[in-house]
Amino acid sequence: MSRFKVEVLVTPRPGLLDPQGKAIHHALSSLGYDAVEDVRVGKAIYLEVAAATPEDARERAEEMCRKLLANPVTEDFRITAAEADGAAP
Amino acid sequence: MKIAIITFPGSNCDQDCHRSVELAGGSPRYVWHRETSLGGADAVIVPGGFAHGDYLRPGAIARFSPIMDAVTAFGEEGGLVVGICNGFQVLCEAGMLPGALLRNESLSFQSHHCRLRVERTGTAFTSGYRERQVLGMPLSHADGNYYADAGTLAVLEDEHRVLFRYCDVQGNASADANPNGSLNNIAGIVNARGNVLGMMPHPDRAIEAVLGSVDGLPLFESLVGTVAREEVA
Repeated sequence: MSRFKVEVLVTPRPGLLDPQGKAIHHALSSLGYDAVEDVRVGKAIYLEVAAATPEDARERAEEMCRKLLANPVTEDFRITAAEADGAAP
Repeated sequence: MKIAIITFPGSNCDQDCHRSVELAGGSPRYVWHRETSLGGADAVIVPGGFAHGDYLRPGAIARFSPIMDAVTAFGEEGGLVVGICNGFQVLCEAGMLPGALLRNESLSFQSHHCRLRVERTGTAFTSGYRERQVLGMPLSHADGNYYADAGTLAVLEDEHRVLFRYCDVQGNASADANPNGSLNNIAGIVNARGNVLGMMPHPDRAIEAVLGSVDGLPLFESLVGTVAREEVA
């Protein structure tokens, strides 16, 4: 068993209204960042998972996403896993 | 007519619901979220509040509280379940109702009186109202922006499963009367079988004149009355 740092990115599904993203976009525009065309806000969840392989850690995290971490109606998720003692995600 | 009121850590409308059921002539009883049985209840209310601090997403953690297996099974057997505010969010997360409640479009916590139009009478929850009656009651939430994909929304409308819609004083479901960005001004829906209701506004805070409105009381009377009729039948 190794320890893996798993990063879960949960983001609003495409097309779904994201009022936080809209508000930030507005703020950026008023700061003069006219090049910003869209802003979406999600959340990052960091897990430390004991698993045999990174694939194993990722699979476990995927199950957690389906069950709890993301709402399939409104959110998508992306997972990256790396050995805990290696380069941190 | 025993009505179970589920109490999670962070529930704060359980006592309002208790009082509502009492005034409607039912026998309320609190059921702690760590219980695994509803104790022979005839109906269930999932009250408002901030169950488990609303961490992650409102309702996301509460739906895994031990009592929720019993609530889900009860609903699947056709038992009457009402989720109010946070309770609506819990029922959506639990998959007992379709869709989800997103952050309010304004990003602000909304806490004020609102108007609702009764879209359908004669249900277990709305038999005490008139068709298109305009109700006044408080709402109080940060995440009440009802969302469902286009297909689900069409089914909800086709099957007349929207029981309450935000409206103005005249009963127009206008954009101005929409407090949170909910699709189609949806304030409350039922499941396909019609025995599970979720709504964001608070009928439990509109049950006595001193609260400024009594428009919520008929909902509890409908619920208690339906249970009573089922017992006789």
